[in-house]
Amino acid sequence: MMNTQANIPEQSLPNGLPPQFGRSNTIPTVLPFNGVDSSHSSRTSSPADRLQQIPASQLPPSRSAIPMSQLPPSVAKSGSNIGQITQNYANLNISHMTPNTSPKIQPSGTSTPLVNASKPEISSEGISPIRVQNTFMHSRPNNFENAHAHARNASYTNGQPPPIVNQSQTAPLKPNESNNLYTQKPVANGPPEIPPFNNPSVLRPQPAPVMYQSVALPAPQLNSVRPNNRVTAVRPSYPPMGPQVSQPPQIPLQPSIPPQQQTSVPPKTNRYPQPAPQFQTNLPTQYQNFGGTMQQNFQNQRMPPPANIVQSGFNKMWGQENFDLLQCPNILPPNKVEAPRIHLGQDYLDAANCSSDIFRCTMTKIPETSSLLQKSRLPLGILIHPFKDLDHLPVIQCSTIVRCRACRTYINPFVFFVDMKRWKCNLCYRVNELPEEFQFDPVTKTYGDPSRRPEIKSSTIEYIAPSEYMLRPPQPAVYLFLLDVSHAAIESGYLHTFCNVLTTCLSDMPGDARTQVGFIAYNSALHFYCLAEGLSQPHEMIVLDVDDVFLPCPDNLVVNLSERKELVTDLLAQLPTRFLSSHDTGSALGAALQAAHKLISCTGGRITVFQATLPTIGPGALTVREDPNQRAGIEVHNLNPANDFYKRLALECSGQQIAVDLFILNSQYVDLATISGISRFSGGCMYHFPLFKASRTLQAEHLERSLKRYLTRKIGFEAVMRIRCTRGLSIHTFHGNFFVRSTDLLSLPNVNPEAGFGMQVSIDESLSDLHTVCFQVALLYTSSKGERRIRVHTLCIPVASTLSDILASADQQCIVGLLAKMAVDRSMQSSLADAREAFLNVAIDILSSYKLSLNMGTGEGSGLQVSNSLRLLPLYISALLKFVAFRTGTSTRLDDRVKAMCDMKTLPLYLLIQQIYPDLYPIHNLPEQNTISKDGELIPQPPQLQLSARSLDSKGAFLMDAGEHMIILVGPSVSDIFLNEALGVPNYNAITDQMYDLPILDTLHNQRLNSFINSLNEEKPFVATLQIIKENSPNRSLFIERLIEDRIETALSYHEFLQHLKTQVK
Amino acid sequence: MVFNFPAFSYIIALIVDAFLIFFSLFHVIAFDELKTDYKNPIDQCNSLNPLVLPEYLLHLLFNVLFAAAGEWYSLLINMPLIAYHINRYRTRPVMSGPGLYDPTSIMNADTLTRCQREGWIKLAFYLLSFFYYLYGMIYCLIST
Repeated sequence: MMNTQANIPEQSLPNGLPPQFGRSNTIPTVLPFNGVDSSHSSRTSSPADRLQQIPASQLPPSRSAIPMSQLPPSVAKSGSNIGQITQNYANLNISHMTPNTSPKIQPSGTSTPLVNASKPEISSEGISPIRVQNTFMHSRPNNFENAHAHARNASYTNGQPPPIVNQSQTAPLKPNESNNLYTQKPVANGPPEIPPFNNPSVLRPQPAPVMYQSVALPAPQLNSVRPNNRVTAVRPSYPPMGPQVSQPPQIPLQPSIPPQQQTSVPPKTNRYPQPAPQFQTNLPTQYQNFGGTMQQNFQNQRMPPPANIVQSGFNKMWGQENFDLLQCPNILPPNKVEAPRIHLGQDYLDAANCSSDIFRCTMTKIPETSSLLQKSRLPLGILIHPFKDLDHLPVIQCSTIVRCRACRTYINPFVFFVDMKRWKCNLCYRVNELPEEFQFDPVTKTYGDPSRRPEIKSSTIEYIAPSEYMLRPPQPAVYLFLLDVSHAAIESGYLHTFCNVLTTCLSDMPGDARTQVGFIAYNSALHFYCLAEGLSQPHEMIVLDVDDVFLPCPDNLVVNLSERKELVTDLLAQLPTRFLSSHDTGSALGAALQAAHKLISCTGGRITVFQATLPTIGPGALTVREDPNQRAGIEVHNLNPANDFYKRLALECSGQQIAVDLFILNSQYVDLATISGISRFSGGCMYHFPLFKASRTLQAEHLERSLKRYLTRKIGFEAVMRIRCTRGLSIHTFHGNFFVRSTDLLSLPNVNPEAGFGMQVSIDESLSDLHTVCFQVALLYTSSKGERRIRVHTLCIPVASTLSDILASADQQCIVGLLAKMAVDRSMQSSLADAREAFLNVAIDILSSYKLSLNMGTGEGSGLQVSNSLRLLPLYISALLKFVAFRTGTSTRLDDRVKAMCDMKTLPLYLLIQQIYPDLYPIHNLPEQNTISKDGELIPQPPQLQLSARSLDSKGAFLMDAGEHMIILVGPSVSDIFLNEALGVPNYNAITDQMYDLPILDTLHNQRLNSFINSLNEEKPFVATLQIIKENSPNRSLFIERLIEDRIETALSYHEFLQHLKTQVK
Repeated sequence: MVFNFPAFSYIIALIVDAFLIFFSLFHVIAFDELKTDYKNPIDQCNSLNPLVLPEYLLHLLFNVLFAAAGEWYSLLINMPLIAYHINRYRTRPVMSGPGLYDPTSIMNADTLTRCQREGWIKLAFYLLSFFYYLYGMIYCLIST
């Protein structure tokens, strides 16, 4: 392999560049400059200068779009429930704290009056350090204790009050605090009482111990401070602390600043050189009295040379500016988080590159060596959604598919043309002959330049494969349905829904005239349905012997759909009532699966299982392993299968090209950890409807919609997927539902448009002599129409050599997607606590390495720096720690957890992100929002809000989009106009608990809302269910529990999480 | 020249060790085949799994003989490997048959490299100990 590269004809490749590169010579010379520059300029430019560079339109998330009048003046007055909740938390905290705090927080054992004095404040804030300790106790036992001990020791040695600042800092993220904050807003909105330049890292007392005395203010002064002005109240009591904990009380400031100001304070500032000493010494008074003038002074003093302005401007342009996380609580961009673009240096290559919806890498620039990758601490991997429904997909039918003779790579836009007759593979660098016909352009019907071919123009392409790509002739589409008819299943009533949906979808199921269907019902016996020709109605055959399964008759159990349609509809009409009188509680799932496997093993196909109870008899019988009392425990057991029956069966199915899909409709434990094996290794998919009852409208609707989508969506049979990558890289680990048949080949008996896959990639050899690397995924499948097709996706990524480049090129969402998959593996192989710790370590490592790349030393006073490209990573990680799959302390059913883990492994990225961090939008003022026009319809674009109670407002209504569900929360004092016009209810009290859809009215409000919701639904596989709840309804918790940035009983708030990270980042 | 029990145990160890060398050679080759895509992991696991327990038991067998013969030093050399075997089998994935290797997880690059490295290390260990047993046998035979 090494030789091949040495043999590259030199003339064709100046500097080892492909001819395209050589010709136009636009290789990004910026790269090295870029890399060196970022660290340099960010060190020397001041925030004020940056500000000048940033056009207003580029400024970070502005909730300024919400008119002031819509902001909550006082949530408390109207008896806000959110307020109450947090009040409760506050109480909880107090009671927990008093017994616990003293021994832990005071390692020195001293209890000074000062400590006591601080206690009331702690409790009033509802945050106690001990809570922080508790939540992370299992993973990083001593971090917080140490930090506190450290801080305390430092302050004691200086004779200072204990660190109550920590408590007050965390406070504002608590929802109940928002009451006073909101009321403050108008005040702050006027002539700024708080100077816009309130970046506390400037004002922060720097470590000189001498000045502690001067900072400490006498107690009376503290009391004299107006109670509602938190800024001044906090400031004087702020004690100097050790380097770890010493943070400015910036966060308390934040919410009280009106959003406009918030944005005008450059959030990515933070990079101040050490403030001049005179600022430090007389800082408190100056700050209180002459905040505005001081800012001016400061700006004058810090005026940097003009070069820095240019540099910071460039940094901004390249997305390399950095943020201080602790200073920007509103970190989400106003619109959807966009995938970072890959810049290959040439526009036509950029345009040809694979869409980020389909193929994404965790970095938009690949580090050239594995040691550089190590240094960046980012995970390297790709996420792929290969069978996504596409609007424009070039399909090619040709006699020979052009592929590299050495590595079998398909020709793609990133290959190099040596001359008209030869091309050089971009994965293995072999020079191949180009067939004659490739020079023929089918569009213009002329011979000539091969680069006009669709293969060269688009990196997502589908070939209709000739017969050498078939092991056997394409098989018909075979759908077999296994229906649980045990007592619990009948009680849940899913059969009605299933039979109704299937009857309506029978003709829409993908397939041709050969499509076959079959049904097996099972409780403690197997019920086969013979649909033979000439029968007037389906014939039921019951097999009681489930231990040694046999098929009661050789044929007519799976029949041609178009020929026996009447019989099938007849059966579907009879099934729901057939088992109503049965009280059989057994479930012979294993036997049913074995029978199904026998039934369709010669053709392959799809088995759809509806399971409502734990399989209790026959092969694969399981026992209850979950202890309901341990649901909230720290340690989670039984995440691994109890036996390997389902896995072995799945492998057998996979060998026969059969995929098994699961619909779990359980009301009790079904041991999904074991059963899911049947789908996981056979390339199936899973749906979960916990506590399903057909009588519950929302669940019934959800089942109906997912089932409809499931039955009618595209399907590929007998699929294999191969992933190739440039020499020097190798695929390390695969994530998703499939069986790995060899190092780069995945066997997927079925592939569906909602299947996502992830691969970890490792760098084996140095890539320093390359400019780009490529990944190519080829999915070979049989379409439901019996055609063999190959869908090829190619992704090309440039190589970079500097750490700052790598960090600036990170794709945060993709990283989170990959991390979630890795964490699932970790939880199964090791333990959940390990996985949670790994999440924390990743966040800490990445932030540390960014700090390292800034080259600024380990001094304190820099907040928590993060680059633009990674700024949401801590947010997503804190969300993952509270996600059903990985949370501890909150009661979580084992099945729900396992299902959430499976989702993490298989969901495509955009759905995965929405699961862990749902989108929240204000919808009470949609007509005033910006709109974009699409197909003649105006779609409003409300800003995305942080998932925190402080984003909420009693005068507003909010839509939370969590993928398959949407929830609208209506505040108690929302205007009647909105209720009338948008929701079609006369007043607030008329909103019932059973509002599951939005009426269609002829009002502007309603039209905008409907078009907005429809636009959200367009991206989803099926229309999400909608639930409208008012703020005092019992269902409110559905909404509130997803506000994951807030502290809950057992987990840190986002801000506390950041504080914890800060203590750890070295 | 005395044919005593220690000498007998060394002779057995020699013979068994020769088998073990073949086992670990097979192991190394099998994983190499997996790495180079020659074999299907299901087939490969089916051929590897039945050999795991025999290998462990054979190894245990001559160590029992060593213990009975009072060859404490030889036993001591083998103790770490016995402990490793026991631990390895204790933490094996859930499976109904005997064996260690699960076709669904074996293709993970980490697992592959680990298994291959394990094969090479064992091969080296068995080879070295082969000569040691040879020496031990001769020593027992000629010492009176």
